[in-house]
Amino acid sequence: MTNVHIIGAGIHPFGRHDASGLDQGVFAARQALADANVEWGDIQCAFGGSHAAGNADAMLPRLGLNGTQFINVFNGCATGGSALLSAYWAIKSGEFETALVVGFDKHPRGAFAANPKNYGLPDWYAESGMMLTTQFFGMKIRRYMDQFGISEQTLAKVAHKAFENGAKTDHAWRRTPVDLETISNSQMVSDPLRKFMFCSPGEGGVALVLSSDKKLKQLGGKGVQILGAAVRTRPKGSFEVFAPSLSVERGGSATALASKAAFEMAGLGPEDIDVAQLQDTESGAEIMHMAENGFCADGEQEQMIADGETRLGGMLPINTDGGCIACGEPIGASGMRQIFENVVQLRGSASNRQVEGARLGYSQVYGAPGISAACILGG
Amino acid sequence: MNLISQDVYDDTLSPPRLVAGRIVDDGRIVFPLPDNVSGEEVERIHLKREGKLWAYTVQRFPPGPPFVGVRDAAEFKPFAVGYVELENEIIVESHIVIDDFSQLSVGMPMILTTTIIPGGDGREDTQMFAFKPAGPENK
Repeated sequence: MTNVHIIGAGIHPFGRHDASGLDQGVFAARQALADANVEWGDIQCAFGGSHAAGNADAMLPRLGLNGTQFINVFNGCATGGSALLSAYWAIKSGEFETALVVGFDKHPRGAFAANPKNYGLPDWYAESGMMLTTQFFGMKIRRYMDQFGISEQTLAKVAHKAFENGAKTDHAWRRTPVDLETISNSQMVSDPLRKFMFCSPGEGGVALVLSSDKKLKQLGGKGVQILGAAVRTRPKGSFEVFAPSLSVERGGSATALASKAAFEMAGLGPEDIDVAQLQDTESGAEIMHMAENGFCADGEQEQMIADGETRLGGMLPINTDGGCIACGEPIGASGMRQIFENVVQLRGSASNRQVEGARLGYSQVYGAPGISAACILGG
Repeated sequence: MNLISQDVYDDTLSPPRLVAGRIVDDGRIVFPLPDNVSGEEVERIHLKREGKLWAYTVQRFPPGPPFVGVRDAAEFKPFAVGYVELENEIIVESHIVIDDFSQLSVGMPMILTTTIIPGGDGREDTQMFAFKPAGPENK
């Protein structure tokens, strides 16, 4: 069976723009094709999606109407991860030599609005003001902090690092460092999480060109190999967004399952990873995801973060482009941005945010209603 | 005032209790009581009135639609929400009635009550089930 390589990567800077979500997707797609040194006509299949900015195949008239198979993917917060995985399987199966994956989005300001019916929940849950993702994040980290001794200062440090890294990243939205005091004194949103600890819904587009071994050889190019990739949904007893109740029998998480599957597929462990992009919807999520993805035991984050181990230059730099906190969260593009950043890191072209000698990159995206996608790349 | 459905909060009982479902096949308790259309046999049960606070936060900004309460930032009053663990039954998400948010802590005893969500923009007030601290003075 062939290996699967990422031979081209493109991104439309994240933030707020006049351009439509679709335009940002087309921009990223063209950049990825140019980066791979291939034409749209060389692409044998495409997978793409957005959560709120329309059908990805609407970009076909712009890319060229040549009959290429294009499948729209819609899978909540794992839309990008699911599109990537679909393209991965298409090439792995031997049916296709090349694939384009594209994810883009454009959301209005403010917290994501959700319709309870789409989640199989009663109207009173949303009408009473309990169906807010921000509350879930506040409650999950509050409990975690009490259980495992994580301090509020550590929450602020994670946000501080995000803005520090964002300032070094061309595709980031927030490009100005924010000092710890400003973060710690910013407006409380959902206790214990404050304004500067949360990411905002935003805009952006990312595209990747994937190839088989054969095509990679033909192009004579160097690729970044996909060593493991998995999407998992919530298991029994997990603690997820939009849950009017939880089982008293506590269980694992979608993230822990996806992480385990991706590591097994790659034949690697967390200790092998040089750089990681972890879902940081807010500071607390990054802290908890460090443990859920196997990079430390519960509670060890407090010391690791105090020692700067997750900053650039640390033992395991996390969210080297500023993550969701500095880049914002356009749902369809967010997980793809993590992969884009790992491609840049593994190519050694991340300039002043380069992780020295990065060979293995890990990424994990998480979202409603309890879905997680993990991906391991090797340079 | 909009009252809570008696399929969620049964106030025909004294004292009132939350309504849940027990899946007949495996004994699992589910809340809220599901509409029984999927073919799974569900028995209607009532939950314990007392439990312990399992997780909490404070809603500091006004939720958008379809929130029935005040959506105007200047008039909105923050409220606490949390999960309350009802021993051996289920962990229920609920409004938490408490004057001083700094008193909230994981593990504190809680008891079932109701709260009124004041209507915004001319909407009616809405009654909602809630939990409050179960100190001796609250019993």
